[in-house]
Amino acid sequence: MPILGADMKEGTLTEWRKRPGDSIERGEIIAEIETDKADVEVECFLAGVIEQLLIEPGDKVPVGTPLAIIRTEGAPEAPVAPPAEAPAPAAVPPRRPRREAVPVPAGRVRISPSARQFASELGVDLTAVTGSGPDGRIMRRDIELAARAAPAKPLEEAPDRQARMRQAIAAAMSRSSREIPHFHVTLDIDMSRTMRWLARQNKSRTLKERILYVAPLIKAVAVALREFPELNASWTEGRIVTKPSIHVGVAISLRGGGLVAPALHDTDQQPLDELMEDFRDLVQRARGWKLRSSEMSDPTITVTSLGEEGPDTVIGLIYPPQVALVGFGRVKQRPWSVGRRIVSRSGITATLSADHRVVDGHRGGLFLAAIDRLLQEPAKL
Amino acid sequence: MTRAAKRAGAHAKAPAVPAPSDNAELLRTMLLIRRFEEKAAELYQAGKIRGFLHLYIGEEAVGVGAMRALTPDDNVVATYREHGHALARGLPPGCLMAEMYGKANGCSRGRGGSMHFFDAGRRFFGGYAIVGGGLPIAVGLALADKMRGDSRITACFFGEGAVAEGEFHESMNLAELWQLPVLFLCENNLYAMGTAYGLSEAQTDLMTKAQGYKVPAESVDGMDVLAVEKAALRAAEAVRAGKGPHLLEFRTYRFRGHSMADPELYRPKEEVDRWREHDPITNFVRHLQSEQLLNHAALTRIDADVTRTIEDAVAFAEAGPWEPLDGLTKYVSAR
Amino acid sequence: MTTMTYREAVRAALRDALRDDPRVFLMGEDVGRYGGAFAVSHGLLEEFGPERVRDTPLSESAFVGAGIGAALNGMRPIVEVMTVNFSLLAMDQILNNAATLRYMSGGQLGVPLIVRMATGGGRQLGAQHSHSLEAWYASIPGVRVLAPATVADARGMLLSALQEEDPVFMFEHATLYPLEEDIDDVSEAADINHAQVRRAGTDVTLIAYGGTLAKAMEAAHSLEARGLNAEVLDLRTLRPLDMPAVLASVAKTHRAVIVDEGWRSGSLAGEIAARIMEEAFDALDWPVERVCSVEVPMPYAKHMEDAALPQPATIVATVREMFA
Repeated sequence: MPILGADMKEGTLTEWRKRPGDSIERGEIIAEIETDKADVEVECFLAGVIEQLLIEPGDKVPVGTPLAIIRTEGAPEAPVAPPAEAPAPAAVPPRRPRREAVPVPAGRVRISPSARQFASELGVDLTAVTGSGPDGRIMRRDIELAARAAPAKPLEEAPDRQARMRQAIAAAMSRSSREIPHFHVTLDIDMSRTMRWLARQNKSRTLKERILYVAPLIKAVAVALREFPELNASWTEGRIVTKPSIHVGVAISLRGGGLVAPALHDTDQQPLDELMEDFRDLVQRARGWKLRSSEMSDPTITVTSLGEEGPDTVIGLIYPPQVALVGFGRVKQRPWSVGRRIVSRSGITATLSADHRVVDGHRGGLFLAAIDRLLQEPAKL
Repeated sequence: MTRAAKRAGAHAKAPAVPAPSDNAELLRTMLLIRRFEEKAAELYQAGKIRGFLHLYIGEEAVGVGAMRALTPDDNVVATYREHGHALARGLPPGCLMAEMYGKANGCSRGRGGSMHFFDAGRRFFGGYAIVGGGLPIAVGLALADKMRGDSRITACFFGEGAVAEGEFHESMNLAELWQLPVLFLCENNLYAMGTAYGLSEAQTDLMTKAQGYKVPAESVDGMDVLAVEKAALRAAEAVRAGKGPHLLEFRTYRFRGHSMADPELYRPKEEVDRWREHDPITNFVRHLQSEQLLNHAALTRIDADVTRTIEDAVAFAEAGPWEPLDGLTKYVSAR
Repeated sequence: MTTMTYREAVRAALRDALRDDPRVFLMGEDVGRYGGAFAVSHGLLEEFGPERVRDTPLSESAFVGAGIGAALNGMRPIVEVMTVNFSLLAMDQILNNAATLRYMSGGQLGVPLIVRMATGGGRQLGAQHSHSLEAWYASIPGVRVLAPATVADARGMLLSALQEEDPVFMFEHATLYPLEEDIDDVSEAADINHAQVRRAGTDVTLIAYGGTLAKAMEAAHSLEARGLNAEVLDLRTLRPLDMPAVLASVAKTHRAVIVDEGWRSGSLAGEIAARIMEEAFDALDWPVERVCSVEVPMPYAKHMEDAALPQPATIVATVREMFA
């Protein structure tokens, strides 16, 4: 099958013009072949007698396939060889020569950005990792290996850690006090419905799965925040930047003193049991010093609940660059007026500390009222 | 005598009437081209030659006749249908075959292929795949010669398809404006690939077009090698004498398709058959025989010689080495 | 030392070339009687005559091709294409012939041709007269591309280009012609193989060429007031790029901003950014930034054109974000 065009890979015989036994001259048409463009007459380059036709009209064969056998007269002509397998040198272009490594200053680790982030997620100490990439570059696979080989090294030694945390809290709280014009509004909230609902929920749960009252408090704050985006914001360089998502930072006290307030993400969208689970996990990791840096920097608002042993009222300091903090005292039985009567109800005191540059008391009060309303319908949380 | 005239006289001038030995040369060269092209077609179908292949079969008289008007010192610019011009110019058939095989012993070291033959020593400046692309180059070659006072002329072969390109008009104008020694040689084979000349040009009379640029022009029967030679000598002499560019139109025909892949749907078989009756080689042989300028023995000798030359060329190509890949980036620049 | 404008510097180089080498001639539209569209060749016709300073018809393809043919046949033509915008009419001759003949002929032929072109926008000349196509030319194998941005380079690089055996494309940013600077009395061929640090710095490398050099320098000046110390690197040669110079600077500063008047997509800046990533990945502290032209056909109205082009303020803002 001849090659009749630059891209032709196969052809179909449409017609033989000669039969076995016919003689043929050089240059005579021997067959008709169908190509992409049209039917083409094909000439024979040999002179002789047709001995055998090897394919039938209608057959489609790759170029180079023998089509017929011709007995040549006299000295047999050297047959034109069928197209050989590419005899030219393999067409692999030469690889770019490896360039000399760009020098990096001492102390600078060669590491891919992806590996660096991975290391931070897994809590892997880079100084202990050997890079397997070019010029000793650390790659993701090196981080994986390091993480599997040894458990994540605690980020720091305890005493140093404590001291540093103290310093960080000191710096943050000083800054808060210095820069943020705080105001506070307070509301006593009837918790009886919520507490009753929780009791019913927890009847069928194990100790580990119990939903603590802090969960509906956090959820209520998050959901209420949807209507008050100015409280779910940050104050940076003289401008308020509202955040698209609601990540409630929950203040967790650490053993031996100290406080962290890492984020529960997209708090307003989480079902209560998931929220509780995440909260438990957060507390555990916080106390084990295993929080992720994103958890530390993501909160858009903070909730402080000092628990059952805590005081009646919590008036907190805002964590900059946030603009609000909600402090809850303990749930306790207290006198409550219903109409003209005095009854005893579970109540909690909620205090909003807010940045007066961003919001005023009226809005703050409405925000607390919204939280109150949500806590009166706990099943909907 | 002026320096220019002295220099002109120093070049061997072709005689007005070809001597008998010249006839044999004309015939041999035309036959060489014919057989070379037929062999190329065979090798293409066998997969030895790849890419595009444009055959000169039927047009041999033009390349051979026109080349007789040129000296070895003149410049030649051709197109992608250049095998005939290259052979007529004296490029070794083996080098051309090897080039089409893509071998390192090809005239362009396997980098050009069928469409890009070059030979600096023989002043064969290519080999252009873009229709009309060679015309400005020819103008520039001639410009350099004129600026230096060299007496060369530049022969620029192109097809009638190029007449539609802007380059043709720009080049004709510039050559005439600056009175450059360019011999524009238009091979009008009536079809630019599949487009008939009459369907492409509002004004098909090339003589009128040339007149529009004030370029002296003549139309010639391109199937008659003697007529081609005569006209080419006349025009070349005028260009050499400093009379500015001249244009020749050769009316010719290609018996095969535009390239190997062409199913020739755009022209009727009867037309091809009619033109085949004017086969320039057959006609020339008949003419020589009737004038008793060629006997049977001579013809046989020429035929055998050509056959051997082609066989040697194929062997040369087959035996040639492949350019090693570490030379891939060589010749991109002078460094 | 003497004070000279950029256009006078190019003229001086042309004069030296025409005087010293009989093979050199200048060819292009309005280079003779008009004195040059940008007044570069003013006076040269009177001095050297119409054979050496040739006015051409408006036939870019023919006269660029003729330049190629003349170069093939032993001359050293300098073709002036009035602006890069008109060079599009000659792209076939440029790409398929000038850049390709040496390779296609297996090394037998060479094209020692110089093509000079004015380039760039910023003069309210509209979409068809404001292109920056250096990137297209800089991607072609077989050619050299130069972008002199100083008066000294305008003179010296042309003289060096005349020594090249391959096509050289010189881009003269149209806003640079009136630029006036002190240069040596004596004309000398300038290095055309290396970039040049125009302002040493430590915090970030601003990579620029041609018309954007001045903008990068202005940005560097503004940044200093904000306590950021920028290094400015003038590329000078766009093909081949002086990557060792680029990499050395990035190894020092760890941050790079490339200022390129071409459209962002497919820009020369993109090529340089890719090479920095490939060869100095570990030195980078920040992704390589690019300040390019907005991808719009150049508008006529001044405020729109200014917004479309790279500006010092954009460069400054980009750098400041890297340090936020």
